[in-house]
Amino acid sequence: MTNHWIDFKNSDVILIMGANPAENHPVSFRWIMKAKDAGAKVICVDPRFTRSAAKSNLYAPLRSGTDIAFLGGLINYILQNKLYFEQYVRDYTNSAYLVSGDFKLPGELAGLFSGYDPKKRSYDTKSWSFQKNADESIKKDPTMQDPNCVFQLLKKHYGRYTPELVSKTTGTPKEKLLEVYKLYASTGKPDKAGTSLYAMGWTQHTVGTQNIRAMSIIQLLLGNMGVAGGGINALRGESNVQGSTDHGLLFHILPGYMPVPLADLKDTAAYIEKHTPKSKDPQSANWWGNRNKYLVSYMKAIYGAKATKENDFGYAWLPKLDPGMNASWLMIFDNMIKGKFKGFFAWGQNPACSGSNSTKVRNALTKLDWMVTTNLFDNETASFWKGPGMDPASVKTEVFFLPAAASFEKEGSISNSGRWAQWRTAAVKPLGQSKPDAEIIHELFQKLKALYAKEGGALPEQLTNLTWNYGFKRADGTIKSIDIHAVAKEINGYFLEDVEDRPKPLKPGEKAPPPPPPGTPKKMLGKKGELVGGFAQLQADGSTSCGSWIYCQSYNEKGNMMARRGKKDPTGLGMFPEWAWCWPVNRRIIYNRASCDPAGKPYNLKKSVVYWNPAAVQPTGALGAWVGDVPDGPWPPMADEKEGKKPFIMRADGVAAIFGPGLKDGPFPEHYEPVECPVPENFFSKQMSNPASKIFKDANIKEDVLSTCDVRFPLVATTYRVTEHWQTGVMTRNTPWLLELQPRQFCEISVELAKEKNIGNGDLVEVSSARGKIEAVAMVTPRMKPFKIGDMTVHEVGLPWCFGWHTPGVGDAANLLTPTAGDANTMIPETKAFMVGIARKG
Amino acid sequence: MAVSRRDFFKLSGGGLAASLGLSFAHLEAKAEDLTIRYAKETTSICPYCSVGCGMIVHTLGGNVVNIEGDPDHPINEGSLCPKGSSVFQLRDNKARVTTPMYRAPGASEWKEVSWDWALDEIALKIKKTRDASFMPTSKIKIKEKVGSVEVEKEIEAVVNRTMGMASVGSAALDNEECYLYQKFLRGLGLVYIEHQARI
Repeated sequence: MTNHWIDFKNSDVILIMGANPAENHPVSFRWIMKAKDAGAKVICVDPRFTRSAAKSNLYAPLRSGTDIAFLGGLINYILQNKLYFEQYVRDYTNSAYLVSGDFKLPGELAGLFSGYDPKKRSYDTKSWSFQKNADESIKKDPTMQDPNCVFQLLKKHYGRYTPELVSKTTGTPKEKLLEVYKLYASTGKPDKAGTSLYAMGWTQHTVGTQNIRAMSIIQLLLGNMGVAGGGINALRGESNVQGSTDHGLLFHILPGYMPVPLADLKDTAAYIEKHTPKSKDPQSANWWGNRNKYLVSYMKAIYGAKATKENDFGYAWLPKLDPGMNASWLMIFDNMIKGKFKGFFAWGQNPACSGSNSTKVRNALTKLDWMVTTNLFDNETASFWKGPGMDPASVKTEVFFLPAAASFEKEGSISNSGRWAQWRTAAVKPLGQSKPDAEIIHELFQKLKALYAKEGGALPEQLTNLTWNYGFKRADGTIKSIDIHAVAKEINGYFLEDVEDRPKPLKPGEKAPPPPPPGTPKKMLGKKGELVGGFAQLQADGSTSCGSWIYCQSYNEKGNMMARRGKKDPTGLGMFPEWAWCWPVNRRIIYNRASCDPAGKPYNLKKSVVYWNPAAVQPTGALGAWVGDVPDGPWPPMADEKEGKKPFIMRADGVAAIFGPGLKDGPFPEHYEPVECPVPENFFSKQMSNPASKIFKDANIKEDVLSTCDVRFPLVATTYRVTEHWQTGVMTRNTPWLLELQPRQFCEISVELAKEKNIGNGDLVEVSSARGKIEAVAMVTPRMKPFKIGDMTVHEVGLPWCFGWHTPGVGDAANLLTPTAGDANTMIPETKAFMVGIARKG
Repeated sequence: MAVSRRDFFKLSGGGLAASLGLSFAHLEAKAEDLTIRYAKETTSICPYCSVGCGMIVHTLGGNVVNIEGDPDHPINEGSLCPKGSSVFQLRDNKARVTTPMYRAPGASEWKEVSWDWALDEIALKIKKTRDASFMPTSKIKIKEKVGSVEVEKEIEAVVNRTMGMASVGSAALDNEECYLYQKFLRGLGLVYIEHQARI
């Protein structure tokens, strides 16, 4: 989330699309209702009339997998009716930039952008670059009239997204479309805020990243980024999925969103060179210019004194991917089923139900020699060898089940969707012999370290050199149990030496200040052994450590910031700056400098997140300071030509990207159908599905099949959660109160489809796809309606994905039906739009 | 007589109970028996969705006796959803696995094992798999500038990665555990590291 949960109350228009917070984030809905009570309008766009829809002012249905068409139409509506916030668009986005004359749009190339290579299924993005001046700066047209400028290209591209064509694709009645467009576009006024609440309904598509890009473009056109009640807000699904992502439990990132090193970056210098964007624009803060500090401080955190300047801070020990190598989720199970792994950890996760095309996942597990699984409860993954269709005698996989402690049986922090890291203390000891995950990891580490010390092996120092100073050390050097505070402090980082507060390098033409009188004590940033105060203090020479730079400040010399319970709310906007701690540097709304005009005056005076007070005196004696939330950097607003900075500090050019040349499938979102869809043609172009997404079609993998426009599977299907269950249901299916409330797999179908298929409410049905079938209870409901797509009537059905065979009588996983197909950029599986058939049983 | 909650409180001071012929004596007696009366309160955060609601865990003699919403928490202000309200049953639960378990190749049942045995066995398997599948270098193609021309050449690059193991999980861990886990896995040379955020 760019914003946070309580901030919903500050919105004028709330667009819920690709999410269902009333059911899946129920308590957050209080803040949506508070906004509504204050006069805000709530819009819900969803294939189903959900509980969120029931509480909305305006509901519009759409067929799963057509969000870009819907949002592209909104972009077109905003541009055609000049409802955008012109100054914001011109000053804070790349709309005025000129794009290469070689660039071509999908409207000109039958659905493809320029540079496509069909053999590689990828783009050469050379023609997507910006035109440059002789001094390498980007060519701009501040009037935004040049036909090659981003703004005009945007207009041209989305000019194709007429309400008629959008309605024909999405199945949303045209008048509903226009109602949504009109209402949401009303937030383009400088003092109005619209917010976007999305979840897996947007990400789990082969065009998932572009769904969110489309909304980002809308938010930028309307000036809704950085403001109270605005933003792009991913309603994340798990209590700490924000934190687990922040801490780099993914193949492509180290903690703090640092790219995992590739084999062609042979040393830290090459890594830093590749990953440090450059900007000659004096108004760009270019925050990733600090990459070197974050990499070296990370190496110092994990390898401590073993990471030296001489050994390039141990960079060689970091495991590296080959360039282009993808080690993401779908690839793990693809490799596993091909027998490429011997061992596997399913640590606090149940892929046998949560993985798309679960049959493939379950069969893949049989190819392992061993598996370690950690959980509170037995589940479909741990016990896969005795699941449906398995013959235990022929499954050779050894399985270890390690019982984990529950959240209230251990101490540590978790980060909610609003980036608030909140500390929990242990209320009781772990149940039975169960242990906190940290203890299990710790004991495994100690055992392995001892084994390597005794026997040697492949590059032992990669493991044995890791720092592990997490508590009282016994005489033999081992630690009895993990002090979780010590881990939190390592994440925050330490000064490893005394670090002097050196003056900033002089700008060209700037005069050096007079030297201090002799005997003046040196000004220190920090002393050896102290905790680092914030990431601006991190160093690139090995004199600081920091496990995850975005968490630097979370546990510093002032104490454990995450455990704070202060209730002050000085702005009245619900930011609660002294409650827990939020990354980065306790900034509650990111990009907040964009909530003000270039002179630092808030666009909305009544709900100002920050403002520039030119009369404020800083501790250094300098005049001028930001007041309110922690700003995106201390510099003056950009109207100050000498010292001012542009607001989007994580971008090398300081502005937000309406044109996004960094993605794999196009600089603008374009509508493509899901890999499985009900229509024989894409009404927007000749290109059916995302041309840059990976296709899994190995003839030896019988589980990977797709079926489009197949008479056996004529229904669009989507999956979702219910209030009473969580994820695959491992915890909630084992909670008797919850299982009683929501006892088994069901399938929501429309009254019209039920009539057509002769299915009654409560009948047992079989839902099947090209990959599998499950049994469900039919829930015949007017919440589902048939769509009119072109000349066709298309039915959609809905399935919760929280059930699995391990709980008797609840039915098996909906993911047995979903395909192996991933988003072109993230490889998130497409489980929100696929094709099924349905028939009454018996 | 229809009495709203607000009216009830307004009137109750003025002898409403008496006027309705009610006595609160038995209610007071019940209050004395509340299980949480002498319980220790520990604040916590809900383990389910990502709203981050505050909860209070009541414990007595090392047992959880009640879990409810934390009224001081600015996000939920005391309220919880059905899942949050049921967290109590994650403790008071016969299905919790409380002993390490092992399933041998071809076996049709789990058997309970000791922590020491399980972790020793796992450590041996990790080491064996790592040592057998460790890739110190990899042949990759890089582009190099020779004069003004870019040429492609193959090099043997240092990768130091373990190919025979993969890990998924977990968003169910605390931040410190996630950090520790990625440190441990990368220390083992793993690159196949994924979790819930990808799916």
